[in-house]
Amino acid sequence: MDDYEPYVFKKVKSITFGVFSPKAIKKMATAKIVTPELYDKEGYPVDGGLMDTRLGVIDPGLKCKTDGKKLKDCPGHFGYIELARPVIHIKFINVIYTLLKCTCRECGRVLIPKNRIDKNMKLLDQINQEQGLTARRLMVKEIVTALKTSNKCPYCNARQHKISLEKPTTFLENDKRISPIEIRSRMEKVTDDDLLIFGINPKSVRPEWMVLTVLPIPPVTIRPSITLESGERSEDDLTHKLGDIVRINQRLFENINAGAPEIIIEDLWDLLQYHITTFFDNEVSQLPPARHKSGQPLKTITSRIKSKEGRIRHNLAGKRTNFSSRTVISPDPMIHLNEVGVPRIVAMKLTVPERINDWNFAYLKKFVERGPSEYPGANYIVRPDGKKKKITEETKEQVLEELEPGYFVERHLLDGDIAIFNRQPSLHRMSMMCHKVKVLPGKTFRLNPAVCHPYNADFDGDEMNLHIPQTEEARAEAETLMIVQTQLISPRYGLSVIGCIQDAISGNYLLTKREDLTREQAIDLLAAVGIDDFSVLRKKDKYSGNEIFSALLPKDFDFKGKTLKGNPVVIKDGQIKEGFMDRANLGEERGLMLRTIHKRYGADQTIEILRRIFLLGAIYLQRRGFTTAVSDTDLPELARGKIEEILSKAEAAVEELIQSYRDKTLEAFPGRTLQETLELKILEILNKARNMSGEIVQEYSDKSSHTIIMADSGARGNFLNLAQMAAVVGQQAMRGKRIEKGYRERTLSCFERGDLSPRAHGFVRSGFKKGLAPHEFFFMGITGRDSLMDTALRTPKSGYLYRRLANAMQDLKIEYDETVRDAARKIIQFSYGEDAIDVSRSEKGHINVRRIIEKVCG
Amino acid sequence: MTEALFKEYEKLLPKRIIEDIKEALPKGTGAAKVKKVLELALEEYLQSKVDPGESVGLISAESIGEPSTQMTLNTFHFAGVAEMNVTTGLPRIIEILDGRKDLKTPMMEIHLKSPFNKGKDIRIIAESIKETTLKEVIDEISINIAESTIELTLLAEKLKVLKLTPAQIIKVLEKSLKGYAVRQSDDRILMKAKGKEDNLNEIYKSKEKIKDIYIKGVKGISHVLPVKRDEEFVIITAGSNLKDILTLEYVDDKTTSTNNIHEIASVLGVEAARQSIINEVFRVIENQGLNVDVRHIMLVADTMCVNGTVKGITRYGVVSEKSSVLARASFETSIKHIINASLVGEVDELTSVVENVMLNQPIPVGTGLPGLVTKVKR
Repeated sequence: MDDYEPYVFKKVKSITFGVFSPKAIKKMATAKIVTPELYDKEGYPVDGGLMDTRLGVIDPGLKCKTDGKKLKDCPGHFGYIELARPVIHIKFINVIYTLLKCTCRECGRVLIPKNRIDKNMKLLDQINQEQGLTARRLMVKEIVTALKTSNKCPYCNARQHKISLEKPTTFLENDKRISPIEIRSRMEKVTDDDLLIFGINPKSVRPEWMVLTVLPIPPVTIRPSITLESGERSEDDLTHKLGDIVRINQRLFENINAGAPEIIIEDLWDLLQYHITTFFDNEVSQLPPARHKSGQPLKTITSRIKSKEGRIRHNLAGKRTNFSSRTVISPDPMIHLNEVGVPRIVAMKLTVPERINDWNFAYLKKFVERGPSEYPGANYIVRPDGKKKKITEETKEQVLEELEPGYFVERHLLDGDIAIFNRQPSLHRMSMMCHKVKVLPGKTFRLNPAVCHPYNADFDGDEMNLHIPQTEEARAEAETLMIVQTQLISPRYGLSVIGCIQDAISGNYLLTKREDLTREQAIDLLAAVGIDDFSVLRKKDKYSGNEIFSALLPKDFDFKGKTLKGNPVVIKDGQIKEGFMDRANLGEERGLMLRTIHKRYGADQTIEILRRIFLLGAIYLQRRGFTTAVSDTDLPELARGKIEEILSKAEAAVEELIQSYRDKTLEAFPGRTLQETLELKILEILNKARNMSGEIVQEYSDKSSHTIIMADSGARGNFLNLAQMAAVVGQQAMRGKRIEKGYRERTLSCFERGDLSPRAHGFVRSGFKKGLAPHEFFFMGITGRDSLMDTALRTPKSGYLYRRLANAMQDLKIEYDETVRDAARKIIQFSYGEDAIDVSRSEKGHINVRRIIEKVCG
Repeated sequence: MTEALFKEYEKLLPKRIIEDIKEALPKGTGAAKVKKVLELALEEYLQSKVDPGESVGLISAESIGEPSTQMTLNTFHFAGVAEMNVTTGLPRIIEILDGRKDLKTPMMEIHLKSPFNKGKDIRIIAESIKETTLKEVIDEISINIAESTIELTLLAEKLKVLKLTPAQIIKVLEKSLKGYAVRQSDDRILMKAKGKEDNLNEIYKSKEKIKDIYIKGVKGISHVLPVKRDEEFVIITAGSNLKDILTLEYVDDKTTSTNNIHEIASVLGVEAARQSIINEVFRVIENQGLNVDVRHIMLVADTMCVNGTVKGITRYGVVSEKSSVLARASFETSIKHIINASLVGEVDELTSVVENVMLNQPIPVGTGLPGLVTKVKR
């Protein structure tokens, strides 16, 4: 290939849309199609048939007669057929209808008097701008109908008739059919100036072109046939349709030439119209879709383009890629936050092209020597002319010989290579982040659990995708803009999306609360998180957890904050002076301490500190041992009695309420009915009872139990969850009300009609440990199903909203003058968000002036 | 001294930051320290600014689209009145961003001028705002076939509350229903059909029609509920009619609002509508316990309002106004856009994102925006 010039890029500057004139169709065509036959006896394409080799080739080995190129090199060429009789283009039917209605049948002028045109043009242009072209044409129609005082043309005084459209393609004038020939000749009469009124640009379309006299035949390359296993050829839907058109067209020709009766010709003409209509659009209403022999409708041009699976959204706006992989993910707190563990077998399939020069020749040669089956090797070499060559055991010698500077070696992935990691649904930009490759044994992708949150990933079988950028530009861009630490702060609300989770939180919580660690333990922990300079620990026998934790912080770090429960946390000169760590300072979306570190020391240091903090928590927890047990939910007899009492009292109170409701002594709240008042009061009593039971559970449960530790540190769960397990689940509510539907006047068939008691309306008195009574189980089933329904219905709705938002706003960008503008450079905002602050560089959308003042004023 | 300093920085820093500093600054801070604070704030502000080329539109779309998966679908009953629902969560967001004209639950919050906002005559005012139709003041409605009259029995009590007299009702009836002679007898109103007496069908129809005749109050307000909020009494209504409510003398026209954005746009203008979109969306998102920066909602509201009218984010609204054919076609109704483009001979200049994705070209946002300028030797 001599014309291979890799660094010359041609850019498309603009695309103009228009309609082909019959002349243009003939001019661009390479072949006139005259026969519906496809192949001759030998299986070669017939000349003048639909698979004519002048239209391009789809068989390997054949050469295109037009440009002499082979399969894959020949882009394909158009052909045409001469239609025996003109046929209306279905997609322009409404335009033709408007034109017929609004122009004179004799002289072709618009049925608006000259003096009115200017005035109306203004109105039309305005409508065009506000509501679009379709609205404009409707308006022209309206104007003409409004002006039709007499049925005479204001220019030539010819009488006008009533024109109607009998869907899909027949026009009637005074209930008599107008033939496409007649329509075409009328279209020809419409002047260029008049077309402007209809919002039609005469430079791009003449209305007579909307009535087809020649039909372009698309190149074979867009309708390739496939060879079935049996060796039989199966043609594309479009080829089938074109075959029908050509066949009927030929028959029409023959009949006309033979002077057949008008009826036969009309029938064939209609049939031709039908075939051409369905060729363009097989989903026209009032028209039976053309079908395969099997009865499934043909997929013709319109359905190829439109909707989600169509060309535009499926192939053009969304693309497929090579150099990507997908597998199950699993956690690994030992790797960095910005690393991804890649299985070796994946690393041996994905490659990075590296260009050979004098300095790396020997280095890259080694990869080729090792070949595709030994890690780290290489799979392909690329010659300077762009030809790819596979490295195999057989070709290895030859390839090695050939290798010289200028060649590319596609070598296996190495540690530190740039990769883009992604989990669907990719709802925000943190769903695709750049990681550095770490090749590991095993068969799953490994990621640090701290980055689960931005991906919204867990490890219950989730799979993720990995992409390897192939050019230096792509790698540079990924590394500077997409690497994990650049994405720490969410552009949605200006807080960290990455932080400690679960064990890391409870681990640090326990550690920073401990006072009595031996020196051995302290050094063991620090070594485990990668600190080997133990001078940070002063020599003594006992260490507190805070001292160990402080070893991870920068030496000049000052911070004042609060724990989840509001206790003060004070850090001075990198030492925790007061308080302990929990989710308020470590967790994602809060992580106030982390946020301060980020602001002061930058992203790179933050993720390093975060990684160590995370690891410290996890390792400490591992050394200490941490588990939850059923016994965590054990309650002493006394507490159980108290809860029982509270619940009984509540039930009695409800019973009383119901009684007073029945006696009509209950007083209604203002603006509410009696029944609503009752419901509200009952809910209040029951919720109070549940909360009181919760307090008792909290009071009597073992403070050192692991479940409580998790709740206290904010790692997972809360007291309500514990109370639900230990004591009472509580009221099941649907839409803020007790459960009321089911059978007539009762919720389940085991209750009496009209029973208003808590148990009959979804109050679950048992705890999860004790187990639910059958009716309670059903109530939980009801609410559980309700929430399932909600999620199932919500997902597509929010997905569509998201798609619309993204589509409407994707072109908005900040210009160099700080304005927000769209693609047409129209100003949307003069200053982004009124102050031009990037949310992902702010703290919750603001500049933290308090910190500045503190810094200045001390 | 410090005042002058603040003045100086007013041009450099956004108002909000200056105000924050003023508020957080301890009293009696010296001018030197104030200057230092302002300098540092300016430095941090400049560092926090957006980069040119940043694709802020998409970020806003993501910031609203992503949390919307976590919103509820339920509508909630308001304060226990069954007829007064509030659409919240995802359906409400969709409703606002669609730019719909008919809301599922139109609502108003009417603030009153002093002394009414302290609770004076609150019930009477509320009742008077509510739209009353005839069926609410009549106890019974019947047809006397023999006389071909419609007989209405009035609710005397209700009339008293509404300060209406039977004579007024007769007037209304005469005005709105032609062809009947209306007169009063005791607490009843008799309507005798004039002319064709035998046309029972007509009378039947009239009887049904009568029920919905508007008598009093503000049209469109179907329910009212006076509520005490902090120290103030406000009236919450189901149904909305901003234009008429604002003309009432006791209504505080500065704080009264409706949730119907189109109404606000037509009564108070686009800028008010834009602010109302921001408020409404922000409130829903906040109620759901989600965290989205206002800037994103602002940008959405601005895209909806740029042209001077409120346009929804739909194929008929904002998307239909894009300059690029391919961008429009890639959204919905692709074929329609292509056909129309061919009629006008439209030229796609490839200035937005999707077209360039389609053509495998660099997109004109972010790092795709800048080009290199270099002198080439000829």
